[in-house]
Amino acid sequence: MSMINYASREINCKIVYYGPGLGGKTTNLEHVYGKVKPETRGKLISLATETERTLFFDFLPVDLGTIRGFKTRFHLYTVPGQVYYNASRKLILKNVDGLVFVGDSQAERMEANLESMQNLYDNMSEYGYDLTQMPFVIQYNKRDLPNAAPIEDLQAALNPGWEVEEPTKRRVTPDPYHAGENLIEQLPGGEWVERAPYFEAIAVQGDGVFDTLKAVSKLVLKALA
Amino acid sequence: MTAGTANWSFTQDDFTAITESLKRFLGETNSRCALLVDRSGQLVTTVGESLSLDTTAFATLTAADYSANDQLAKLVGENDFSSLFHQGEKESIYVADIARRLLLVIIFDSRTTVGLVRLRMKAEIEELTLLVDRVFSRGRSGAAPPGLLKGADDEIDKLFNW
Repeated sequence: MSMINYASREINCKIVYYGPGLGGKTTNLEHVYGKVKPETRGKLISLATETERTLFFDFLPVDLGTIRGFKTRFHLYTVPGQVYYNASRKLILKNVDGLVFVGDSQAERMEANLESMQNLYDNMSEYGYDLTQMPFVIQYNKRDLPNAAPIEDLQAALNPGWEVEEPTKRRVTPDPYHAGENLIEQLPGGEWVERAPYFEAIAVQGDGVFDTLKAVSKLVLKALA
Repeated sequence: MTAGTANWSFTQDDFTAITESLKRFLGETNSRCALLVDRSGQLVTTVGESLSLDTTAFATLTAADYSANDQLAKLVGENDFSSLFHQGEKESIYVADIARRLLLVIIFDSRTTVGLVRLRMKAEIEELTLLVDRVFSRGRSGAAPPGLLKGADDEIDKLFNW
């Protein structure tokens, strides 16, 4: 739920990083925290266990610039990835404006990815939100690892696309981030599908972290326009 | 099912009315400071003494704290716990729900008592509920947000040229 505060001239939006445990959600935030100018960000708050596993959430506020005299302030949250923290994970999704799913590219984490994606859809729908109609991007993290699954496999499993029901949206829309690929297209069977934009990342080195953040924040602001 | 969460906006008039009401409350109860926070953890406004605390982090943690307590209430069969009180050696905080949309946080010290804060809180909640309902009913009627970013696609694109 983005909030426009005319008194302080701010637009506040909430972005949540979701995904399986140890996938790199917190690492994304830590990289953003380390790279943006200190005057444009607040403190990184981590509610974590003593072994640095996220217990409730991590939180980082960042200012991304000014539009029409309004400061655009994004509140970035991560959720705890471990399966048994679903109650607190669901709380963080409340009033979310944009979502990033951080998938773990390692082939043996495919099942954990799928479980987390299903859990995201379930939790969103319990709040009455339709993920397919919201700013949503997918990040495939840990691309540098030798056991990383091919992007095509990850896309097929985690981002197969959802049916485009609205006739006006049924036109081929190229993926601005990957030449030769489409975000909306017609399958050979005649069905129109839309996929979420995706990014490859190596979050520990910062690769792909800002591309992901930029893409989702842009979608959030455009949803307001 | 909705596409996403609803948006809402505060005007200068809303802000002035809320600030006046909170100032009066702080004076009557001798409390230090009031923060109004939305349920997703975004700070709406602060009134009273300017404390040297990180208000953004404070607002987020308050919302998380309150949401967790909401769930605890449900687990024991209550609809909600309508307020929260944290007592410290010097400073204490009292958190109350406003119209299921916002949270009012009062920070106070030994110059007053939790009893007085609680006593006056009921009337303050009623007053703020009326003001907040006005903000949200306007949102529902479609009059707000007034297309602030309409046609701003180019500006949005430029924002991300880094």
